[in-house]
Amino acid sequence: MVVKIAQISCGTEYSGVQKEVEKAAEIVGAKIYVPEVGLEDVRRVEEELPFAPASSGLKTMLARMFTIVEGKTKPDAILLLTCFRCAEGALTRTIVRRMLQKKTDIPIVSHSFTERTKATNLLLKIETLVDMVEKEALLGRREQSGITIGIDSGSTMTKGAIMKDNEIIAYDWIPTVEVKALASKVMDRLLSKANMSIDKIDAIGITGYGRFILKELHPEKVKLAMEEVTVCSKGAAYLAERLDGDATIVDIGGADNKATTMHNGLPDSFSVGGICAGASGRFLEIVANRLGVTLDELGEIALRGRPDKVMMNSYCIVFGISDLVSSLALGVSKEDAAAASCYSVAEQFYEQQMQEIDVREPIIQIGGTSLIKGLNKALKDMLRAEVIVPPLSQFAGAVGAALLVSGLVE
Amino acid sequence: MGKGAEKERSLKVFISPPNSLILYDLVKRYGYEPLSVMREIEKKVRDPEIDSPPKNITPSDVREGLKYCAVEVPSGVRGRLSLLSKLIEEADLAILVDDPDFEFGCSGCARSNEFLKYLVYERGIPYITLKYPRNEEEAKDFVDTILGFLEKSRRSS
Repeated sequence: MVVKIAQISCGTEYSGVQKEVEKAAEIVGAKIYVPEVGLEDVRRVEEELPFAPASSGLKTMLARMFTIVEGKTKPDAILLLTCFRCAEGALTRTIVRRMLQKKTDIPIVSHSFTERTKATNLLLKIETLVDMVEKEALLGRREQSGITIGIDSGSTMTKGAIMKDNEIIAYDWIPTVEVKALASKVMDRLLSKANMSIDKIDAIGITGYGRFILKELHPEKVKLAMEEVTVCSKGAAYLAERLDGDATIVDIGGADNKATTMHNGLPDSFSVGGICAGASGRFLEIVANRLGVTLDELGEIALRGRPDKVMMNSYCIVFGISDLVSSLALGVSKEDAAAASCYSVAEQFYEQQMQEIDVREPIIQIGGTSLIKGLNKALKDMLRAEVIVPPLSQFAGAVGAALLVSGLVE
Repeated sequence: MGKGAEKERSLKVFISPPNSLILYDLVKRYGYEPLSVMREIEKKVRDPEIDSPPKNITPSDVREGLKYCAVEVPSGVRGRLSLLSKLIEEADLAILVDDPDFEFGCSGCARSNEFLKYLVYERGIPYITLKYPRNEEEAKDFVDTILGFLEKSRRSS
């Protein structure tokens, strides 16, 4: 099955990135197409919608949206693209996304591009769209069966879990250095903890940055190598026991951040970001080092600090650290600096990620950064919503991979 | 009028919207050379060295747009400017139509259109700005005004 992705965009051809969009789709076996519209369709938009962008390229985007809403074309997934820093484009993109999400169930993702956007920058988003379509039945899985291992090879930590008959029987994580060697080490430690040999394992599921290379670990056992957006969100919903109803999964990672909306345990929309590490777990790691505390301690002391006492609102990790150093030199307390750094990350996540999806409560926070209490509080304050941190939240990817791969065992 | 004008030096006219076939035709009939986006795109798509479909605009073209505006200007605007500003640099005259209908022609981006008008103004060449006609009477005035502008420029050149 070739997944058909409708591209609704403005400016890709004049930015020289159209080829990159198509290349990214080709890598994951999808086909990009642009819904056909005529002059009458564009004119109708002006009559029917109380929003009239001045640019005809954006009016055409709205006309293309209507062809999907009215069922004249039936894509499997939708990719929304406008130029980075175009205010009119960003507004139109928001309207198109909201209307499509309200009127259809088609998975959708947005991206704002520059002339430097390459296929690799789009790959995770398009791969996730394709997985949402192609693996919908698998993603609907609610229980794990047999004995399976899940490995989540992240940019900062390699995490693993063994599940047996819907129970997590072992879990472990170590900092990622050499992808394959570390994953192998995690697996050995998991097997040792579970007192098992690899022969007993029915299947291995892998996710995260290292998923491509890790297929070689135990080729006969690896039955699933899937991107981390859907796998982690599935694991999150499972761990939080929110497989029914709505939820939004928040994962502030070491290198990038994800926000995924779910309905009845199925991911249906997402945003992936992290243009700058200033909004990532890496920033908090550097702050903790500068303050001479561990990440756990950073979260604890942040709860006692006042974020408003430190000006730290930078989109750049370098400027963020510069703010921190200047503040400490002025006598700011560690507690206030820690709180400000957590709020800075939460604020940027809110501004960059949460605006690209329609947030559905509750918020389920996962990943290593979900263990930083100051960040949980900052997110809760920022989003004004309930934030759930499920048990073993840092292993959501590994658990999701173990859960999903069990669906592929006969 | 057209034949007489052909004997004069053929002035180059930038038209906005830059892909308006009506403006292109009016200028051409008058005997001047319309500078259109179609010509620039044609050059690009025929170049076998470039592989960036559909318009063969490459990221380096977009960076060329930095000659006219800062990096925070969206890439789609800079890409258009790199293509269309060359036409303005070459032009002797310009005909600019405000708020045209979609089918009259467009470059797709209102911000690019606005900035192109400024580039025309900055170059200091004679130009005319017209309101897009909404009925037959206005359409007649529209054509007469354009022809009058071209005739005046012929006399002064």
